Amino acid sequence: MKIDASGMHFAELNERVRACEEKDIYIANCVGQRYIGTGLADKEIAVGGTPGNALGAYLNGARIRVYGNVQEATGDTMNGGQIVVGGSAGDATGYAMRGGKIFIRGDAGYRCGIHMKAYKENKPAIVIGGRTGSFLGEYQAGGTIVVLGNHTDGKPIIGNFCGTGMHGGEIYLRCGQIPTKLPAQVRAEKIERLPEDAAELVREWCREFGQEEGAFVNASYFRLTPNSDNPYRQMYTVN
Amino acid sequence: MNMYIQPEYEVIRNSDKCIACRVCERQCANLVHSFDSETGKMKADDSKCVNCHRCVCLCPTHALKIVKSDDTYKINANWDNQTINEVYKQANTGGVLLSSMGNPKPYPVYWDRMLVNASQVTNPPIDPLREPMETQLYLGKRAAKIERDEQGKLKNTLAPQLKLKVPVLFSAMSYGSISYNAHESLARAAEELGTYYNTGEGGLHKDFYKYGKNTIVQVASGRFGVFKDYLESAAAIEIKMGQGAKPGIGGHLPGAKISADVSETRMIPQGVDAISPAPHHDIYSIEDLRQLVYSLKEATEYKKPVIVKIAAVHNAAAIASGIARSGADIIAIDGYRGGTGAAPTRIRDNVGIPIELALAQIDQRLRDEGIRDEVSILVGGSIRSSADVIKAIALGADACYIGTAALLALGCHLCRSCHEGKCNWGIATQRPDLVKRLNPDIGYKRLVNLVTAWNHEIQEMMGGMGINSIEALRGNRLMLRGIGLTDTELNLLGIKYAGESM
Ligand code: SF4
Ligand code: SF4
Repeated sequence: MKIDASGMHFAELNERVRACEEKDIYIANCVGQRYIGTGLADKEIAVGGTPGNALGAYLNGARIRVYGNVQEATGDTMNGGQIVVGGSAGDATGYAMRGGKIFIRGDAGYRCGIHMKAYKENKPAIVIGGRTGSFLGEYQAGGTIVVLGNHTDGKPIIGNFCGTGMHGGEIYLRCGQIPTKLPAQVRAEKIERLPEDAAELVREWCREFGQEEGAFVNASYFRLTPNSDNPYRQMYTVN
Repeated sequence: MNMYIQPEYEVIRNSDKCIACRVCERQCANLVHSFDSETGKMKADDSKCVNCHRCVCLCPTHALKIVKSDDTYKINANWDNQTINEVYKQANTGGVLLSSMGNPKPYPVYWDRMLVNASQVTNPPIDPLREPMETQLYLGKRAAKIERDEQGKLKNTLAPQLKLKVPVLFSAMSYGSISYNAHESLARAAEELGTYYNTGEGGLHKDFYKYGKNTIVQVASGRFGVFKDYLESAAAIEIKMGQGAKPGIGGHLPGAKISADVSETRMIPQGVDAISPAPHHDIYSIEDLRQLVYSLKEATEYKKPVIVKIAAVHNAAAIASGIARSGADIIAIDGYRGGTGAAPTRIRDNVGIPIELALAQIDQRLRDEGIRDEVSILVGGSIRSSADVIKAIALGADACYIGTAALLALGCHLCRSCHEGKCNWGIATQRPDLVKRLNPDIGYKRLVNLVTAWNHEIQEMMGGMGINSIEALRGNRLMLRGIGLTDTELNLLGIKYAGESM
């Protein structure tokens, strides 16, 4: 079903998406409507135009494809499903994600993947084609973030304070040099071969966006992991 | 350096009464008591005692008492024993001091400096035994627009409401910080009382989804256990921005407390620390808060009220005004005496303001701005009795959250060592042998007893004032008078001094 979103308030648009009995929905002329796909489980939504903040919040298994850019807080507290972004993403993408996957062809903003967590088979993943801003993976507790550095503006692949408070999960950065200004809780090691689950994520990204796998899969990466599972244990004295 | 710190409390055993049954030994998770096979007598290691009174209560011959040690450093009004000991502890370890439960310092308790009115002669009291005395109330937005459909009938434009039979709810305590049996007791009591308990930020155990219509689920910065089913199961959703015991900082549940069950509920691996960052890193403004409020409303199709909880801090009134405009249905304010499962001592004891002052200021500010009906106000942070509830409502609250009082009903003895995870009363622990000491069949009844008793007292005090509905007491500050307060305090509370007439 096609929904023309022009001039429509987000509450009405989202109500129509929820009420739609067909599985496949195409939202045309999206102009910043927020919360599209919130909490949905079994829909396939494609969006033309630019959706607003909190696209796919609490997403519970549905698949969302956006041809252009997305704004802030995409996939907030997402639980399952997939969001594919043909352009770039704004800040706080994948905040507290606990399942599902987000693929971004271009760049992502600040505070991406904060407090992602994993539990048993729920293992969230974000793959960013270009670069990303500061605070990537802050407080990360689980899951996988991959940044492919396929950008051309010459800026660093990540910003500052990557992985502050990180206590689980892993971040892979496709770059030749170890990023500067990593906080003490983060351990960085150079790897010549991606582990299979990360390699599969990269392959999926390549398939989504029609990229040659070789340059991305067979590259050296820096892998960031937390130094300890309990970064704060030593900090306290019982009073 | 031998920096022995004398224990604060001593275990005194009456050897004439003690029959060496070793109950105390088995009951104490801190391993204070032991049996000396050579002498055939019990011994005690005072240095391990947290003064939780478990042994005192269970000793069959009442042979035990715990007394404050009279050992002291040279008396010094500035450097008291505790202050000195804290310096020693930190010099020994380099650690941040960690405490639990509410602020124990002797700050003024404003509830105790307010007196309640009663009718005499001209406006006769109402007898609650004879006349209906309504303590039922609703929480949520009142500011509904009057709209009519084509037939001229009223359209229902009322935002979702929470119905309470009593003006008391159980405040947020996470599974993890407290035990399964404690949660079960709270959930069942809330159901029987017609009120709500609050999951705290640790997710909702799968066994407790069935209490959903009496459950408030929390969404905090760590978003533990938050997903569609969790949000949908609940009667209301609370966004935790702050907590009275530790305003401005996040939470940290040590990996040792993340048992298999807690790990499943929080959806994080077992044994790994559960860290809630200080801010929600996606909320840096009222606009960002509004975004989270509406994403939760969208996720639950606008069927559930959204509560925003903040700690009582200096600018609480201005912040509350922002929250009232963010789309939230209810504001919860937590005062600086509120409890916690663990907080840095310095923050617990020095950060935030009394709930009484924050509440008075927030209610006034929302009224002045004409937006008081946009939100209901819930207060917590050491509501200790029905009298505190009455005073809070007269100051402007819609209803009260109780946490510490509820735990006391479950057996807590306020030993303030929840952060050690060895609660002998089976509350603030995940150790199965300790958890099973709290029987939820008994626990929930004690909670029901407590709140039912308070409700009777509330009805009696209301009747005394000539008020027959709790909603008519809300913000009725003429029912309060101050005692022992300065002009500034009276002004902030918006009440007159005892002896002043209307
Ligand atoms: S419980 Fe009482 S009677 Fe039994 S050993 Fe301990 S102090 Fe003695
Ligand atoms: S809950 Fe347990 S550990 Fe905490 S203060 Fe009460 S009795 Fe002590």
